[in-house]
Amino acid sequence: MKYKILYLVVSSAVIVPGLISLLLFGLRPSIDFTGGTVLGLKPTPGIKADQSQANLKQATFSASISNTQLTGYADAIKPLLEKNKTFYESVKAENSQITIRMKETDEVKKNELIKLISKDVVLVAESRFETLGPVLGRELLSKTIIGVVLASLLIAIYIIYQFKDRLFGICALLATVHDSLVILGTFSLLGHFFGIEVDTLFVTAVLTVLSFSVHDTIVVYDRIREKIRLSGVAFSGLSVPELESVVDSATNETLVRSLNNSLTVIFMLTALSILGGDSIRWFAAALLIGTISGSYSSPFVAGPLLIVFKRLQNRLAKR
Amino acid sequence: MEEVRGKFSLISMLSPKNTFWLILATTLIAAVIDLPKVPVKFSYGPIKVDSSIGGYQINLFNGQFSRDLQIKKGLDISGGIRVTLQADVNAVTKDRRSEAMDSVKSVMERRVNLFGVAEPNVQTVRSGEEYRVVVELPGVYDTARALDLIGQTAKLEFKEYNPQATLSAQPQNTKIDDFYRPTGISGQDLKSAQLDFDSTTNAPQVAFELTSEGGKKFKEITERLSQKTNDQEKILGIFLDGTPISTPKVQSVISDKGVINGNFTVETARDLATKLNAGALPVPIKVIAQENIGATLGQDSVNRSVVAGIVGLLIVALFMVGLYGRFGVIADVALIIYGLITLALYKLIPVVLTLPGIAGFLLSIGMAVDGNILIFERIKEEKRAGKPLRAAMELGFGRAWNSIRDANVATLITCIILFNPLNWSLLNTSGLVRGFAVTLALGVLVSLFTGIVVSRTLIRVFYKESKKQ
Repeated sequence: MKYKILYLVVSSAVIVPGLISLLLFGLRPSIDFTGGTVLGLKPTPGIKADQSQANLKQATFSASISNTQLTGYADAIKPLLEKNKTFYESVKAENSQITIRMKETDEVKKNELIKLISKDVVLVAESRFETLGPVLGRELLSKTIIGVVLASLLIAIYIIYQFKDRLFGICALLATVHDSLVILGTFSLLGHFFGIEVDTLFVTAVLTVLSFSVHDTIVVYDRIREKIRLSGVAFSGLSVPELESVVDSATNETLVRSLNNSLTVIFMLTALSILGGDSIRWFAAALLIGTISGSYSSPFVAGPLLIVFKRLQNRLAKR
Repeated sequence: MEEVRGKFSLISMLSPKNTFWLILATTLIAAVIDLPKVPVKFSYGPIKVDSSIGGYQINLFNGQFSRDLQIKKGLDISGGIRVTLQADVNAVTKDRRSEAMDSVKSVMERRVNLFGVAEPNVQTVRSGEEYRVVVELPGVYDTARALDLIGQTAKLEFKEYNPQATLSAQPQNTKIDDFYRPTGISGQDLKSAQLDFDSTTNAPQVAFELTSEGGKKFKEITERLSQKTNDQEKILGIFLDGTPISTPKVQSVISDKGVINGNFTVETARDLATKLNAGALPVPIKVIAQENIGATLGQDSVNRSVVAGIVGLLIVALFMVGLYGRFGVIADVALIIYGLITLALYKLIPVVLTLPGIAGFLLSIGMAVDGNILIFERIKEEKRAGKPLRAAMELGFGRAWNSIRDANVATLITCIILFNPLNWSLLNTSGLVRGFAVTLALGVLVSLFTGIVVSRTLIRVFYKESKKQ
């Protein structure tokens, strides 16, 4: 464990900027959490205005519209909304459509809005309409936090039970906190600079990363457990230097496996984030970032943490 | 040499050869289930074939278990509308709230069926003291019409036969409503209804109770109708949202309690009682969320995800062969079997496939390979330690098991929390998150089987010769 300082520097280099961003800007929640309305509009400059809205919805839009055109429409819609006293958060051109985020809006108001935009800016067809009351959003947030805490606690309890020492559980948990910070920090930065939102899928991704990271950590810990068993001394009876050499050799022996395994998952996720559809791209990206962090944290964070805590425990016991 | 404990008692009882046949049979069955419907049409001289293979249907135990073996698509893939309704149950006493919600659900299902939607989904969700109904309408895009149809509070009415009704010249213009006229009795006059059994014949029937106000109205109308000589004129029709749900004939005067009997089975009687309760237990509903998901977006995403999955899978397969040579080939075979079994399970259970579900499936493929990597690395190590190949193989499997077990249990714990099987109201019940949890959990379980049992058996069978050395 002579590279302890190096591990600390690498982890800090990744976590600190994200953490600062998390404290300064926070995350960018989607309407899943805040409540509100998202209205997606597809401009159809080629189609005559007398066609009914219902027909437009089902029509396929083969005519491609350039991004500059889209941005132009979006900019033209903003003053229209202001004039109409419609409170909006953003009007953006994305994924070949215009997305308006605004306060909770009902069906009637939305239809008025579409008519207005179709009349004054460009004929648009509704491609997405989601409304969520603020109660549901708050509820989802609290349920998510409860879910994360509950899953972490159960996993920690399981590890403590299987490894027969609470240090293993605590350190595995801290390693997952490391990975959660990496993924939350990264998405805070992405949210601030690129407008990437955090939604229900993101929560699923964080939970998956959490379990994948534990999955990886357990493999390393299993080797440590096995080595301790072969040495014939109980974990509680080990001195710090003894534990250090055990952790060192266990890390070295499992490194190739950790790397190979992580590579297979990373191949799948890279393919998914590059080739997958728009709706799961950021989900796959969150998983990818978390997986890379998880593969790193298992040997280089979870192992060293065990030694740090063991030293702390021994010192406390001496007093 | 250390002993290697038998971990799979049932499997290890079988010889590797028998296990091999078992795996082969399982794989074949899975492959047949997986086959999509493919038309087979050709003619060669006198032989003419016009049929199709795949897309079979399963029907077991007299229809108790039937599956049409189609992948069920979630709303994010098929496109459509999802509406969440808040139910105001304040007017219903606490002990009868879940009964009232059953009625709301039944009413919603009826309305949705009127819409003519294929595979609609109606769910009641309880969150603390909040009661909600989630309605999913795949393939429906007319939000205004959908909200109009499902956003109303249920209306139950009793109507009597109208002898003055004249048949319209065009039968399709004649509405069932024309044959009935209102009596002024509504759901509010009903106190409750439940499944009941005839005391002498034991046949299922529906018993109902009336409020004191309703009892007076009922007494008056039943007195009048039971006098009628014409059977048709004795009918007191029960209408839910304007369509008849039952047309019983009045046999005696009813003032506070009554029964409806006839050719009921337990199910149909319970169903009618639930519908009557929809009127008796008033639950006003309000739309609190709606989503309109475009199908083109969904299908496009699916296609791209499938391509992404195939590309990822090929890279993983090549990677395994590159790293582990012949062992890698065996791992790839195990991976194919894994894919076939998982897909078959999706069709059998059935799992509703959502986009995160597909992501969960792809992720579990990566995790499935992990079991093999753990084992193969262990085998390499044992060989390096000087063990003969055969012993190294068995030791590799035995020693890798502890870490494989613990690692997969940790993933399963997360899956259980995400899926929330007991519907705990303090946890998530979102369909997307659940879809992901189901596919990941299935992936973990199947990968335990293919990663250990299948690859171990394949190695044992195909490395027989090394035993003789």
